[in-house]
Amino acid sequence: MAQIRMETNILGANDMLAAKNRRIFKEAGMLVVNLMSSPGSGKTTLLEKTIEGIKGRIRLGVIEGDLYTDQDAMRIENKGVEVVQINTEGTCHLDASMVEKAWRRLAHHPIQLLFIENVGNLVCPAEFDLGEHFKVVVLSTTEGHDKVLKYPLVFNQARAVVLNKIDLLPYTDFDMDAFSRDLQLVNPMVKVFRVSGRTGEGIDQWNQWLLEEVGKQHF
Amino acid sequence: MHELSLIAGMMDLIRNSADKNQITQISRIKLVVGKLSMALPHSLSFAFETLAQEELFKDAELLIEEREICCQCQQCQQQYVAEMPSRLFCPYCGSSDTQMLTGRELFIEFYEGD
Ligand SMILES: Nc1nc2c(ncn2[C@@H]2O[C@H](COP(=O)(O)OP(=O)(O)O)[C@@H](O)[C@H]2O)c(=O)[nH]1
Ligand SMILES: [Mg+2]
Ligand SMILES: [Zn+2]
Repeated sequence: MAQIRMETNILGANDMLAAKNRRIFKEAGMLVVNLMSSPGSGKTTLLEKTIEGIKGRIRLGVIEGDLYTDQDAMRIENKGVEVVQINTEGTCHLDASMVEKAWRRLAHHPIQLLFIENVGNLVCPAEFDLGEHFKVVVLSTTEGHDKVLKYPLVFNQARAVVLNKIDLLPYTDFDMDAFSRDLQLVNPMVKVFRVSGRTGEGIDQWNQWLLEEVGKQHF
Repeated sequence: MHELSLIAGMMDLIRNSADKNQITQISRIKLVVGKLSMALPHSLSFAFETLAQEELFKDAELLIEEREICCQCQQCQQQYVAEMPSRLFCPYCGSSDTQMLTGRELFIEFYEGD
């Protein structure tokens, strides 16, 4: 009987590929944002609004993760931005190798800001580094303020949280104070944007922040 | 939700290592899982039972050690165990400026076999 000590991270293979992606993105001089939320919180809508707001000022690209369809990619394409679809065929998250393959199809475009729309899920995507510069979580008011404490890992890792569907606030029991307090507990440094993908409220501040982040050069 | 792919990844790593070490039958595998990793121990065990059909793994037992979420407060420097992933703040001074020391592990500590 032999005992072999491994001390090996089982996400190690993904982490190595993510590190490689990070180098590629750095060489390309591009800021990469991993966008995560539950299904239907408004990731694609937020991207559409973002594109409308800053397309003229900065070169954008999008990688769309989805279980089976290319509907979101079509929505982005209609806005005149380069987009690549990844279908995960049932897998609940994107991983670094999927992103690397998708990136190869965008590599010849000079992109300054690349969004990766992850699969709608607040649990699994949080564990898979894609090589992004930072993560942004979208939460919508109709999901409830309690999601912050229910899915602490994803909120803990986010650089920014976009609270979407604030136009629906009067019709929900979303508690803004509890939301702010809980977010402070799991991630005291996080930036918060309150927006509506429907009315466009708050989108300017979000866009402004993105432009500043691109300007900062995280490289 | 992705426990199946995690276990498949773990088995790939062990298969490679066993091959190098000329091990053909594994009896025990020890996995360390932090409480803030999103993998559930019973789902990991279930995934392993489902996937471990081949000769190398068929008699292997999977041991899972859960690691507590240990934090160090950056304000008062106290170390403490966070009982819940959503309660990471310091119980001594209430600060949420805290550094996680353990709790996100997901690694194979060792395996045994012949
Ligand atoms: N009322 C309202 N509806 C929204 C808002 N943002 C998105 N939606 C709607 O919510 C649904 C899901 O949005 P989508 O962007 O596809 O979500 P995703 O699954 O996160 O990409 C769509 O019907 C959107 O029109 C918003 O700010 N207010
Ligand atoms: Mg979408
Ligand atoms: Zn303290």
